[in-house]
Amino acid sequence: MPPESSPYLVIVVLMIAAVLFALTPLALAWIWAKKFSPRKPGPDKNAIYECGLESKGDAWIPFKAEYYLYAIIFLIFDVETIFLLPFAVSFTGLSAGAFVAMIIFLLLLVEGLAWAWQKGVLTWK
Amino acid sequence: MIDEGLRSELSKQGIFTLKLEELYNWGRKNSVWPLQFGLACCAIEMIATSMARYDLARFGAEVFRPSPRQADLMIVAGTVTKKMAPQVIRLYNQMPEPKYVIAMGACAISGGPFKQGYNVLKGIDRYIPVDVHIPGCPPRPEALLHAFMTLQKKIEEQSLTSAQRPRHLDANAPSEFPIPRYGAHDLEPPSNRNVWQPPTVTRTE
Repeated sequence: MPPESSPYLVIVVLMIAAVLFALTPLALAWIWAKKFSPRKPGPDKNAIYECGLESKGDAWIPFKAEYYLYAIIFLIFDVETIFLLPFAVSFTGLSAGAFVAMIIFLLLLVEGLAWAWQKGVLTWK
Repeated sequence: MIDEGLRSELSKQGIFTLKLEELYNWGRKNSVWPLQFGLACCAIEMIATSMARYDLARFGAEVFRPSPRQADLMIVAGTVTKKMAPQVIRLYNQMPEPKYVIAMGACAISGGPFKQGYNVLKGIDRYIPVDVHIPGCPPRPEALLHAFMTLQKKIEEQSLTSAQRPRHLDANAPSEFPIPRYGAHDLEPPSNRNVWQPPTVTRTE
């Protein structure tokens, strides 16, 4: 190798080759499609629904997401369990400040549970 | 253009020459993706064909696609009722070109045992161009395999440039086939005259 050429030149050449390797088949497919598989759109072919039936109405309707309640309640118990286990393990060695902080954290989660309870989510209908 | 004599001479030496078109058609005929679409009892035979015993995968056609956007063969497997016919034709319209149709079984080709009925379409070829018809009620999987091989021969012989080129290469050919409406008494119109002509009955005294 001549001294003035950068050692990274090989990498650059390889990168160019890699890009060409990826792009050439795509370009060939594109050229082939232009010539031998021209686009033929139509109202049916461009339809959104593809099970044979015509779509009725508008797809842009408000969707009622009821499951957020389950997600919130799951989060309450899930997060609580994760933090309660180390809390219980190191309970005897905790300082008063850590204990208060943990109780505040628990009360915050209990508040969420109380909110859900008051909303009537816990009642099986 | 290479002549046949030189071509066979070269192939004897282990050199195979072919046109780009032949390579393209060879790839196409060995990767026909059917639409996963069964209408009646013939569909059971179609399923049997795709399974291990009859093994449609030998022909590269085991990839049954649940979406018409990804399929290029429609196997009309079973009775096409007049209520279902518009959906069948809409699905055919949604398939990308080049696309092919196998009408499988007596019902799909003619209405079969229900031909005299009030609610059965008397052959799907009244609305869409059918490439291979298979008789039988239902046809055995071997019959479907034979239809497949017939279709593969047809694909292989499709020229890309001559007058017999496929429909999608013809700029004047329509991109979609008109979908009949499910009317009060019959499908409206009862057939697509560009695709199907009613047989002319000549009576001899």
